[in-house]
Amino acid sequence: MDSILSMEMLLSTLRMAIPLVLASVGGTLCERSGIINLGIEGMMLSGAFGAVYGTYISGNPWIGVLFAILVGGLFGILHAVLCIRFKTNQSVSGIGINVFVSGLTIVLTRAVWKSDGMSGQVEKLPAVSIPGLKELPVIGTLFTEQSPYLFITAGIVLGAWFFMYRTKAGLRLRAIGDHPQAAQTVGINVSLYRYVAVTFCGMLCGLAGGYLSIVQSNLFVKEMVAGRGFMALAAMILGGWNPLGALCASLVFAFAQALRISLKVEIPNQLMLMLPYFITLFVLLFFGRKVKGPQAAGNIEE
Amino acid sequence: MYAVEMRGITKRFPGMIANDQIEFLVEKGEIHSLLGENGAGKTTLMKILFGLYQPDGGSIKINGNEIKHQTAVKAFEMGLGMVHQHFMLIDNMTVWENIVLGSEPGNFMIDRKKGKEIVKHLSEKYHFDLDVDAKISEISVGMKQRVEILKTLYRGAEIIILDEPTAVLTPLEVEQLLQILLEMKKEGKTIIFITHKLKETMAVSDHVTILRSGKSVEFLKTTETTEKELAALMVGYEIDMTLERKKVEKGETILSLQNVRLLPQAEKTVDLEIRAGEILGIAGVEGNGQQQLEEMIMGLEKVKCGKIFFKQEEITGMSVKERCKRGIGYIPSDRYKRAILPGFSLKDNYLLGNQYKDSYARKGMLNQEYIEKKTKELMEKFDVRAVNGDQLIGALSGGNQQKLVLSREVDKDPDLILACQPVRGLDIGAIKFIHNVLLELRNQGKAVLLISAELSDLFQLSDRIGVLYKGEMMSLQETEKYTTESISLLMAGKKGV
Repeated sequence: MDSILSMEMLLSTLRMAIPLVLASVGGTLCERSGIINLGIEGMMLSGAFGAVYGTYISGNPWIGVLFAILVGGLFGILHAVLCIRFKTNQSVSGIGINVFVSGLTIVLTRAVWKSDGMSGQVEKLPAVSIPGLKELPVIGTLFTEQSPYLFITAGIVLGAWFFMYRTKAGLRLRAIGDHPQAAQTVGINVSLYRYVAVTFCGMLCGLAGGYLSIVQSNLFVKEMVAGRGFMALAAMILGGWNPLGALCASLVFAFAQALRISLKVEIPNQLMLMLPYFITLFVLLFFGRKVKGPQAAGNIEE
Repeated sequence: MYAVEMRGITKRFPGMIANDQIEFLVEKGEIHSLLGENGAGKTTLMKILFGLYQPDGGSIKINGNEIKHQTAVKAFEMGLGMVHQHFMLIDNMTVWENIVLGSEPGNFMIDRKKGKEIVKHLSEKYHFDLDVDAKISEISVGMKQRVEILKTLYRGAEIIILDEPTAVLTPLEVEQLLQILLEMKKEGKTIIFITHKLKETMAVSDHVTILRSGKSVEFLKTTETTEKELAALMVGYEIDMTLERKKVEKGETILSLQNVRLLPQAEKTVDLEIRAGEILGIAGVEGNGQQQLEEMIMGLEKVKCGKIFFKQEEITGMSVKERCKRGIGYIPSDRYKRAILPGFSLKDNYLLGNQYKDSYARKGMLNQEYIEKKTKELMEKFDVRAVNGDQLIGALSGGNQQKLVLSREVDKDPDLILACQPVRGLDIGAIKFIHNVLLELRNQGKAVLLISAELSDLFQLSDRIGVLYKGEMMSLQETEKYTTESISLLMAGKKGV
């Protein structure tokens, strides 16, 4: 039990948190524009596949990351067009994307690698060290041999927060999520903001999926997102639709995952596997109702 | 040259003409009332002016410039500003953020300091007395309206349109709003004031344009007309709003509340008693416990402190159905949420609350024949204007919907009618009809509890009036003992004046 508060535990938590943070920040931006995104899971899965495929054809994992972002963004655009242009029910569109991507990736895996549900192995995204910072005492470890994802994620969280609460466009985005008619009557192009927000959300989800396949692993496995998309949704809600809140909530969930791995208690494995999901449920049950989200999310007028 | 010149404006919607060859001329620097009943086409006309609808015919000139294809963005640039009836404000944001939204100072980042300063300065200039850092959800309705007005001023509006601005205000706030309008006129702004209220029209406007069923029927100078003339022009016939009140002997106590706490923060509890043959009016600004009173009497909200009796029997813990069975008829304040199902036919709406009765349904099967007959009978008796009982109720006017609700409840032959905001948003004809029905019920020896935000209703109908403020009863006495001023002060929480 002494390992709970160790540096190792912290690093392990951070690593588990990265995909959740990226996806929940994406979800936050998306729902702030008034579009509900239940397709995060599928968008992440598409990114996971895209990353492996990109790396496979180019031999360069950075190209894989680029692929992950593009593929995720593509599904973001799909969701945006369905919800905004065709006013599809947003939940149906999101769930539809999940089901579609789940099937599509299995088919494509088979087409590319001729194997069932598993791709061939590809090169992993190499870890990096930050010169200068890595010599610092104690926290130096945070900058030594870490995935570049760690720093990208930190930048995205801060950037998203700054965007939402300090820029003109951020104020407008928040206004659209709460009261699109009000935004419209002061001359804001509501649809444009929505397209951009939903697409960007897809890109972040894709990026998050890539982490699962070419950082935490080195191949694509079917359904490898395993509910993390929904956990990210929970983190978004619990974080009060605020990027910093989403970060904190993701850390809580990631801690639960890390705990599962490091705890060497004799509990049936199946129960331990449930732990992160159980904590997610528990936290949502008791704190979820207190947070208030974008007032108009899910409704497209006219 | 006119500030606004709209000629021959026509706008058709499927199945109706909302605007039919309307002429609307507003001089620069005046307050112009656009008067008309609900559905007369006022809002449509203004939406056309503002570019939210495109007209099917006619021409628009603003300050002499002909406008071909109006859009909301163009309307801003030409100095038009609109204060909507339903506020376009974001509750979670502060006053200043709402005001600058869409034209924020700064390049990429918002210049927060500058934004606040500009808003503060504007607020002081017009004596708005606004706390610019307060969240919208924390301020009163009257203040929210000022925020809306400031939004237009911030954008440099010269022509400001206010859509039914007094509908949501207390008498004191109305007074203050009219002062603000006069102040803005002094600054040279042109103000278009959309309303169906005659008193306010007479009080501030220079000219009046009257719309009736989509046509502009008259253009008048305010000084050369009277309230009575305006009313007749608006409705299309002479209407006498005075009611004849008979003296009725009061009977037994029907409903009584003992020590009921309406709002958790209220210090004092409420006691009241309604007897057969009387109308008890409840006055108060919305949000002072009226809704809780309504819901507690019907059993929709739990009574945490106190007791409620109906004809000597305690009903505090009873279900809604039990209460209805004992003889409470209910006209909810929120018609669309609680009284009708807009997507259902008239017949099905008559069934609501009757579905368990043997005459309407036997062994779970609906008695279509009886429902059909009953619907026809009630529609005739209460003058519900619809094609037939199979029409969807959502397609009817508010007045006809409310008449249906009223007829359904009266038909249950209750001893108490709980009438909450029964005439809100209705036209004069429907208001008169509903007033007469309520008075008739009283004369028949029923008890009526009338919760209303309209002082004129309360004064005309009630035998006694109680005033609610922050969940406490400020005063409860005979109607004759109040004046409009005294009741306005009580509604604002000022006692003993």
